[in-house]
Amino acid sequence: MTPASTALSAPVSAASGKLRYLGYAVLLLAVCALPFLVSNYRTFQLTLVLVYAIALLGLNILTGYNGQISLGHGAFYAIGAYVAAILMDKFGVPYYLTVPVAGVVCLGVGFLFGLPALRLEGLYLALATFGLGVSMPQLLKDKHLEHWTGGVQGIVILKPDPPFGLPINQDQWLYYFTLAVMLLMFLLGWNLLRGRVGRSLIAIRDQPIAAEAMGVNNALYKSLAFGVSAMFTGVAGALGAIAVQFVAPDSFNIFLSITFLIGIVIGGLASIPGAIYGALFIQFVPNIADQLSKAAPWAIYGVFMIGFMYVMPVGVAGAIRIALARIRHRTKGGGGSQKS
Amino acid sequence: MDAFLNQVFAGLATGGIYASVALALVMIYQATHHVNFAQGELAMFSTYIAWTLIDAGMPYWPAFFLTVVIAFILGVVIERVIVRPVERAPVLSVVVVFIGLLVIFNSLAGWIYTYTIKVFPSPFPKEPVHLGDHLISAHQIGAVGVTLVVLALLYVFFRYTPLGLAMRAAAQNPDSSRLVGIRVGWMLALGWGLAGAIGAVAGMMVAPTVYLDPNMMSGILLYAFAAALVGGIDNPGGAVFGGFMVGVLENVLGAYVIGNELKLAFALVLIVSVLVIRPSGLFGKVHVTRV
Amino acid sequence: MAPLLQVTGLRAAYGLTRVLHGIDFSLDEGSITALLGANGAGKTTTLRALCSMVQTQGEITFGGARIETKSTEDIVRLGIAHVPDGRGTFVQLSTEENLRLGAYVRKDRKAVEQDFERIYGYFPRLKERRHQQAGTLSGGEQQMLAVSRALMLRPRLLLLDEPSFGLAPLIVREIFDIMRTINQSEKVSILLVEQNASMALDLADHAYLIETGRVVLSGTSAEIKGNDAVRRSYLGY
Repeated sequence: MTPASTALSAPVSAASGKLRYLGYAVLLLAVCALPFLVSNYRTFQLTLVLVYAIALLGLNILTGYNGQISLGHGAFYAIGAYVAAILMDKFGVPYYLTVPVAGVVCLGVGFLFGLPALRLEGLYLALATFGLGVSMPQLLKDKHLEHWTGGVQGIVILKPDPPFGLPINQDQWLYYFTLAVMLLMFLLGWNLLRGRVGRSLIAIRDQPIAAEAMGVNNALYKSLAFGVSAMFTGVAGALGAIAVQFVAPDSFNIFLSITFLIGIVIGGLASIPGAIYGALFIQFVPNIADQLSKAAPWAIYGVFMIGFMYVMPVGVAGAIRIALARIRHRTKGGGGSQKS
Repeated sequence: MDAFLNQVFAGLATGGIYASVALALVMIYQATHHVNFAQGELAMFSTYIAWTLIDAGMPYWPAFFLTVVIAFILGVVIERVIVRPVERAPVLSVVVVFIGLLVIFNSLAGWIYTYTIKVFPSPFPKEPVHLGDHLISAHQIGAVGVTLVVLALLYVFFRYTPLGLAMRAAAQNPDSSRLVGIRVGWMLALGWGLAGAIGAVAGMMVAPTVYLDPNMMSGILLYAFAAALVGGIDNPGGAVFGGFMVGVLENVLGAYVIGNELKLAFALVLIVSVLVIRPSGLFGKVHVTRV
Repeated sequence: MAPLLQVTGLRAAYGLTRVLHGIDFSLDEGSITALLGANGAGKTTTLRALCSMVQTQGEITFGGARIETKSTEDIVRLGIAHVPDGRGTFVQLSTEENLRLGAYVRKDRKAVEQDFERIYGYFPRLKERRHQQAGTLSGGEQQMLAVSRALMLRPRLLLLDEPSFGLAPLIVREIFDIMRTINQSEKVSILLVEQNASMALDLADHAYLIETGRVVLSGTSAEIKGNDAVRRSYLGY
C-alpha cells in the first residue's frame, strides 16, 4: 500500500514542476508573438501595460511588501519621464541610455524622500505622499525650471527606430525593448524579494518592533524600500515617456498616483504577478468604464475600488492564490486515496 | 509695509477658508481617528447641492441651512453604508475607500453639473470694508466670522455636552465606550455627519471667491491638511489657528520668497516638516503609544 | 428566590479556538461571588461573554430575562457594569470625564451629581485629581477610577476582572474594603474574577473554580477555605 502511494506522488510533483516551466515558456512565446498578431495601436497599449507593470511592482515593493503607503508615486513616474525626455531632447542622449539614468536619479530622490518619511506611519505617510502627488504638476510648471521642462507645453520626443535594420516597425520594436527591460526589472525584483531583503521588508511591515529587536535595520531598509520602489517607477516613467513620445505636467497629477494605488490593490498586494494583473486593469478598464458611462468613468472606477475592498481585499493575485491552494488541497486528497 | 500688510490680510482671508475645511478634517479625525481624503470633494458636492437649490429659486439662507442638513445626512449615510464595512480593515483598505469616494464625488459632480464654472452667491454685502487704509471684501470677513462661529459651537459641543463627550470617548476607546453604554457605531456616523455639515459650510464660504467647479477643493484640501496638522490633528482650535497661519504664510512667502506657482509645493513642505518635527502640531496632545 | 444571574451551558470561542466548554453558575442578589482559576482558565472570557463581547452559545438569564442575544450597550442599560481587565480607562480624558461617562445612560441628572459626591467620599484621591488626565494616574488610582466609573451607573451587578492585578496589597485591601461596604450599603451584587484566590475568598460569599473552560468546584468561601486538599491542589496555598 504505502510504496504505491509514494510512487504515485513523486512523479506527480516532478511533473508539476516541469509543467510549470513549460507553461512559462509557452506564455513567453505568446507574449513575444503578440505584436505580430494585433494592430499597432494594440501593441502600443500592450507596451503601456508592460510599463505600468514595472511601475506597479515598484509601488508594491514599498506598499505591499513593506507596508509604507504612498499616494504620490506618480511623482517618481514623472521624474523618470522628464529625465528621459530632457536627456533625449536637450542632450541628444540615445533612448536606451535614458532608462538606467532615470532609474538611478529616482533611486536617489526616492531614498531622500524616504528619510523624512521614516518618522511617518500609516495615515500620516499617506498624507505626506498625497501632498507630493498633488504638488508635482505645479513643480513641473514652475517658471524657473521652464527652460528644462518646457513648462506647460512639455516636451515632445521622437519614437526610436528599430536597431540593426530589423524588419519590424517602431511600435513593435518599442514593445520588445520594453519587454526586455520589464523582464530584467522583474527578475531583479523577484531576486530581491525572495531573499533576505524581502523577508526583512515583510518583517518590518508586520512587526516593526520585533524586526528591529531581531537585528533588522528598520531605518535603512525602509529608506532603501523607498529608493528602490522609486527606481522601478522611474524606469517605468522613462519607458512610458518614450512610448507616448510626450511629457507634460498635467499628465502627472494626483490621479496618476491614485491609479497606481488602484493597480496594486486590485492586482494584489505583496505579489509579483499582481503587478501584471493590476497593469492590465488600469490600462484596459478605463476604456470599459468609458463605454459604460461616457460622462463619469472615474465614478465607475471609484465604485470598482470600493467594491474590491469589500469583496476581494487581497486583489486578483490573492484570489488566484487562494483558489489554487483549494484546488491543490482537493487533488492531493483525491490522489492519495486512489491507490489500489 | 503697506504691501506686506495687504498680503497678511489677504492671507487671513484665504486662511479663513483653510480653517473651515481643516475644521471638518479635524472633526472626522476626532470622531473616527481617520483622515478623510474625500472631505474636499464632499464639501464641493454639497456646495453644488446648494447651488441647485438657489438656482431653483430658493433664497440664500434657507438653501444654506437645508444644504447643511442634507450634507449631515449624506455624511451619516456614507459612514453607515460605505465606511462601516472596512472599519476594522487595515489602514490601506480604508485609504483606498476614501480615495474611491473622492474620485466618485469628483466625477459625479462633473457629470451632473459639467466642468464649466458657476457663480455662487455670497450672503454678505458687496461693498468692501475699510480696515484703516486697507480694503477687504465683506465676504471674506463674513466667511472668517462664520468659521469662528462654527468653531465656537463645536468647542462647546465637545467640551460641555454629554454627546460630545461620548463621541470623543468612542473615537479614543471604542471597547470601553461600549461598556458604558455608548453606541459606538452611531457615534462614528454622527462624526461623519458633522464633518459633512461643516464641509458644506466651508464649501459655501469658499465658492463665491474661487467660483464653483468640480476641482474647486483640490488645492484647498492640501492646505487644509497642512493647517490641520500644524494646529494639531485632534484640536479644532488648533486647526483654525493653523488655517490662518497657513493662509498668511502662503501669501507672504508666495509674494516675497517662492513665487505664486510653488504654493502647493510649499504646502507639501509644510506638511512633511510638521509631520517630521512635531507630529502632534502646535496644539495637539502628544500621544505616547505603549509598545 | 430566583438568582439575579443564572448561567447555563455557556460556551465561547475566539475564532476557531474554543475557550469555554459549558459553564454553569448562578449568583444571588446582594451576594459577592468569585470566579477563581489559573491563567487562561477562561475567567475573563466568562465576564466578557456576559457582556456579549465574545461569540457565545448557551443561556444567560439576568433579573429573569434572557440576555445572551443582546448587544453590549443594551446589557449596560439593564444594570450590569463591567470593569475590564486592564481597567479600560479613557486615558486621554480627565478623571471627572471618565466618571461622567460611567453615568452616560442615566437620565436622573440630580442623582448623578449626588453620586459624584458619594464616589469622591469613597475615594478622596480621585476628587483631588478630578481634572487631571486619567492616563497620568497611578495604577491604584486608575483601578479606583475604573471601579468608580462602573459604580456611576448605579448597577445591579458589578463585574470586576482582576482588580488586584499589578497593585500593591495595601491598595488592593483598600479597594476590597470599599467593595464590601458598597455591597452591604448599596446592595450592589458583585461577580469577581481573581487570580489572587486568598484575597478573593476573604471578600466573597461564594466561589466557583474554573479550569480550562469548565467549572470544577463550587461552594461557599468558608467551605473552600476550610478544605485543605482543595486549597493546596487548586489554589496553591
